Amino acid sequence: MRLVEKAQILDEKGMARALTRIAHEIIEKNRGTDDLVLIGIRRRGVPIAVRLAERIQRIEGTSVPVGFLDITLYRDDLTKLDYHPVLYKTQVDFPVTDKIVVLVDDVLYTGRTTRAAMDAIMDLGRPKVIQMAVMVDRGHRELPIRADYVGKNVPTSTREVVSVEINEIDGQDRIVILDRIGQNE
Amino acid sequence: MSIKHLLGLQHLSVNTITQILDTAGPMKQIISRNLKKVPTLRGKAVATVFYEPSTRTRMSFELAAKYLSADTVGLAAASSSVVKGETLIDTARTVAAMGADVIVLRHPMAGAAELMTRYTDVHIVNAGDGMHEHPTQALLDMFTILELKNTISGLKVAILGDILHSRVARSNLWGLTKLGAEVHVAGPPTLLPVGLQQLGAHVHDCPEAALEGADVVIALRLQLERQRQGLIPSLREYTRLYGLNAERLALARDDAVVLHPGPMNRGVEITADVADGSRSLIAEQVTNGVAVRMACLYLLTVGDGGREDIN
Repeated sequence: MRLVEKAQILDEKGMARALTRIAHEIIEKNRGTDDLVLIGIRRRGVPIAVRLAERIQRIEGTSVPVGFLDITLYRDDLTKLDYHPVLYKTQVDFPVTDKIVVLVDDVLYTGRTTRAAMDAIMDLGRPKVIQMAVMVDRGHRELPIRADYVGKNVPTSTREVVSVEINEIDGQDRIVILDRIGQNE
Repeated sequence: MSIKHLLGLQHLSVNTITQILDTAGPMKQIISRNLKKVPTLRGKAVATVFYEPSTRTRMSFELAAKYLSADTVGLAAASSSVVKGETLIDTARTVAAMGADVIVLRHPMAGAAELMTRYTDVHIVNAGDGMHEHPTQALLDMFTILELKNTISGLKVAILGDILHSRVARSNLWGLTKLGAEVHVAGPPTLLPVGLQQLGAHVHDCPEAALEGADVVIALRLQLERQRQGLIPSLREYTRLYGLNAERLALARDDAVVLHPGPMNRGVEITADVADGSRSLIAEQVTNGVAVRMACLYLLTVGDGGREDIN
């Protein structure tokens, strides 16, 4: 099986605009930045959370705490895996209790990662509310979960892969749809 | 990497050792949280089967399993069917038949853990087999060194004391040399087994030579229970000639750290001021032991769909 690029959904500028809009929406919905914290889900949620915090800082002049979350130990498919997912450190150096926690990830798909992330957050404390911000919502939810802030809604088939490329990790900013070619599906 | 059992460091690849050490870092974070539990090993059962007395290793494994949400059960040979004559293999089969996913075994005979792997299908973790290996102790020592020194490669590590009876020394020797450390051992000639050079150690019969410029000093417990054969003239002489004290430690580098696998004979192989001094990482080792064992249990039981049996 191999992956073939099918279409580009957003370029660098499009991603930047979407992030700016999400930053405004987060401030608007929460009427400012009081009690607001951002927590990026490793790996690509991390640079996205950092960028959102930069934008919020620019707009409101307040700095919002940013944390990073590794959800591996909370996955529901660990017993089915035939490899070891690399464990990264969780870095949430502030209390989450009574905070407005905005989870940040690149793609919302089945909702299982979000479920794991919510459990991981709850083990750190008791937030006032948990919200979700994603670059792409591609549908196909397997759990009753939705995002509060979405960069772009992209209807997909399950055969496709949505790849959010981030400069800090991938060397460029863009979002593409890939197609699986071959038998393994 | 993927291994089914953790029997020792002698046959473990550098990649696997590194993976365990890398995984222990995130695990240590969990121990320091308010809520010390993750759901990772929910529904798994870990049995600790100990044919020798132990407090810290056994508690450490049980807490590691519990922090990962596995169920634990313990078998102490002294109060079990072992005293009725049940063989090691039958005990292993019995524990496996009850549904244990992992057996953590401590046994006075070298190779006991390896023997168990041949008769059951569960994961076996060697928690000390005779004078052979104690892999998780060496891994936690390496993790503790890494936390402070950021690397193991190029360090001079001095291991002092009763090398002959020490499985900790053997596991550390294999593990540390694999990761590029220079290991120096020193002790009374009667407690230095032959063949250590072939395993990659620099052997000295006075501790001063091993300590000179060392980055890490590992003091070993004098195994009093194994000293009946008259291998040392007296405890006092042992302490005077081979014990780790402040004066000897001054030969090591200024930033040298001190480890001890515990339990300590204070005043015998290590003086109290060194054990409790600013360079001592002995308390940290205990915390790290839980983290390293969490990493081992996690790596053994998760993602074994595609494993190859290395050990």
